Amino acid sequence: MASTPKNKLGIRGWVCGGRYVVERYAYIIHRISGIGILVYFILHIFVTGSRLGGPEKWHSTMSFFETPLFKFGEYLVFAAFAFHALNGLRLFFNELGFLIGKPARPVFPYKTSIHHQRPWLIVLMILAALFIVVGGLDFYILGE
Amino acid sequence: MRESTLWRWHMLAGAVVFFLLGLHMVIMHLDDILLAIGAGHGKAIDTTVVFERSKQAFFMVTYVILLGAALYHGLYGMRNILFELTLKKGWETLINRIFIVVGLGLFIYGTYVAVFVFLNGEV
Repeated sequence: MASTPKNKLGIRGWVCGGRYVVERYAYIIHRISGIGILVYFILHIFVTGSRLGGPEKWHSTMSFFETPLFKFGEYLVFAAFAFHALNGLRLFFNELGFLIGKPARPVFPYKTSIHHQRPWLIVLMILAALFIVVGGLDFYILGE
Repeated sequence: MRESTLWRWHMLAGAVVFFLLGLHMVIMHLDDILLAIGAGHGKAIDTTVVFERSKQAFFMVTYVILLGAALYHGLYGMRNILFELTLKKGWETLINRIFIVVGLGLFIYGTYVAVFVFLNGEV
């Protein structure tokens, strides 16, 4: 079996591996948002674990996080989730062979699946943006 | 286990997380909007509301499913990012072991919390 070629660029390859299209930037943000959500999620497991100490412990834990900085961090996680979930939905369908068009012989002028999947990316990103705006309304206007 | 099987589980876990975390986000973070349209049950983070929810079987079960699916999806995704850096075999084995231990540890702890609060309510 052939060995895996060395990834010479490493993490730098995420952003400076060549001329990238919008889907590639969606890929980079997908990874960054995924890492952010994972870190928050692990902390969240311990924070919600404070329920073991009863209502008083829960109340005091929540009071600790009631600062503008934590609130903004929470909103960032919300935004990261909106993006990651909706872009992930696109990737899920792409992986299963949907939304990318049918395979065809490479006859000039060549067609790429970009024409099929980009409209979906645009629609899903508009939805993500709407979700983020609605979240902002809840976090910073109605929730005040 | 074959890598393709792990990847399929990753996708399946992603689909589960999409629905359950979506529901969690709406209930927990869009609670004021839900209240404004008359579909909410009080401030989601309030102590009474939190413990009331924790005592409902639906929330306990979905919490445990979400916990497992999200841990698998997140840790497997992180593992893929790290493996993409073409590490030495020894590092890959170490990462696999650490992620399995961390994942199982967090799952056991989170499940214990959910079940304990469900059974005991306000301790």
